[in-house]
Amino acid sequence: MATKDEVLSGLAEIVNEIAGIPAEDVELDKSFTDDLDVDSLSMVEVVVAAEERFGVKIPDDEVKNLKTVGDAVDFILANS
Amino acid sequence: MTNDSRTVVVTGIGAFTPLGGDAASTWEGLVNGRSGVRLLEEEWATDIPVRIAARTAVEPGDVIPKHQTRRLDRSAQFALIAAREAWADAGFETAATAPGSTVDPDRLGAVVASGIGGVTTLLDQYDVLKEKGVRSVSPHTVPMLMPNSPAANVGLEIGARAGVHTPVSACASGAEAIGYAIEMIRTGRADVVVAGGTEAAIHPLPIVAFSNMMAMSKNNEHPQAASRPYDKARDGFVLGEGAGVIVLESAAHAAARGAKVYCEAVGQGLSSDAHHIAQPEPTGAGIARALTHLFESTDLDKAEVVHLNAHATSTPQGDVAEIKALRKELGDHVDHIAISATKSMTGHLLGGAGGIETVATVLALHHRQAPPTLNVDDLDPEVDADIVTGEARKLPEGRIAALNNSFGFGGHNVVLAFRTTD
Repeated sequence: MATKDEVLSGLAEIVNEIAGIPAEDVELDKSFTDDLDVDSLSMVEVVVAAEERFGVKIPDDEVKNLKTVGDAVDFILANS
Repeated sequence: MTNDSRTVVVTGIGAFTPLGGDAASTWEGLVNGRSGVRLLEEEWATDIPVRIAARTAVEPGDVIPKHQTRRLDRSAQFALIAAREAWADAGFETAATAPGSTVDPDRLGAVVASGIGGVTTLLDQYDVLKEKGVRSVSPHTVPMLMPNSPAANVGLEIGARAGVHTPVSACASGAEAIGYAIEMIRTGRADVVVAGGTEAAIHPLPIVAFSNMMAMSKNNEHPQAASRPYDKARDGFVLGEGAGVIVLESAAHAAARGAKVYCEAVGQGLSSDAHHIAQPEPTGAGIARALTHLFESTDLDKAEVVHLNAHATSTPQGDVAEIKALRKELGDHVDHIAISATKSMTGHLLGGAGGIETVATVLALHHRQAPPTLNVDDLDPEVDADIVTGEARKLPEGRIAALNNSFGFGGHNVVLAFRTTD
């Protein structure tokens, strides 16, 4: 089971790969759309990559609730 | 030339081609007769009949960061790189929508075309669907594969709000885009339009499909000798990839901001064959009608035309039909036209051809030099015209004009005309 820091750094790598944002800028309070240049299409990529990496299922209905990096980290920790 | 708002000039150029990653290196390759055709080394190429193509000299991924390339089809990547070069070359430093812009975004257009659109994205994502399943198909697939994607991405980049368009007419697409852009300015819809063509179709399916039409050269043993327009031994085209983009501007707008002007974009001639879905009309009647349209709809004088960047794809029928059409419409004037078939070096970029060949035509006028045609070892006796072979040839001083021909499957004929300003 991954720790919170491991999930955060894993997500940071994913956001870096997909949106080109430096991994160190991917922090818990950052909004995917407003701060990290992840639009709705790229968010789908982030979700699929996170599912593969952390072995979780993130339902389509849940994606709209993942507004910040912290939201995603909490969801992954609670469901993996 | 008058500096009015209905006269159109070229103020910027950009190219990303098999000969170079920009217009200058492409031109250097063209005048020095460098071939961009290579043997394909990909594993998929080992078992297909055609194993040669002209890849871009530079990989777009070396220019555009990965997070952008993953959401842009290769054809849009080429177009964006060429458009950025052309935009900067025209002296624009920001998008039209940015503060301090010297062009009104509401008066700025983008017209960029390709023949097949995002074909490699479509085919690659189908492979992903089959091999990895539904969840892995990229959410960017549709905006990547749609044929208007290069135009839309260029329009977004420069902030074009007067209209973004994508005329599609197979191998005439790039030229049709530039013609459309000239008309946008001439009819008063825009002051500045970024226009060109792009193509990225080097993939086994398009290659096999063209090959099964008997349209491609199978000279795998001698890649650089495979594209040989007008030579008796020509056996089809060689597929190339890349993009060519120019900035068109009303002469009034260019003069008001003190822009450098490469040449005048005089206009276009258009026609359609109504003959066959893929075969050229053998007498060249359709092409001749496009030339007639050009001379009837512009003030271009036949005696001014001293250079032609021919369509000349290296197919047995097409090359001759084009020459017949020139003779039919221009008569003895053909004898003072230095004809270059630059596809002998770049391969055939399909919808990108009109883009890069317009860049070549503009630079031929600018440098007053016609690039050579490679591989004309044994000129087809039916080619009754002055083909530039061997070395590049000097073009005359004074006011001169040049044509760029592009024709496409479906019987689309487009002739573009450019002219020096003095």
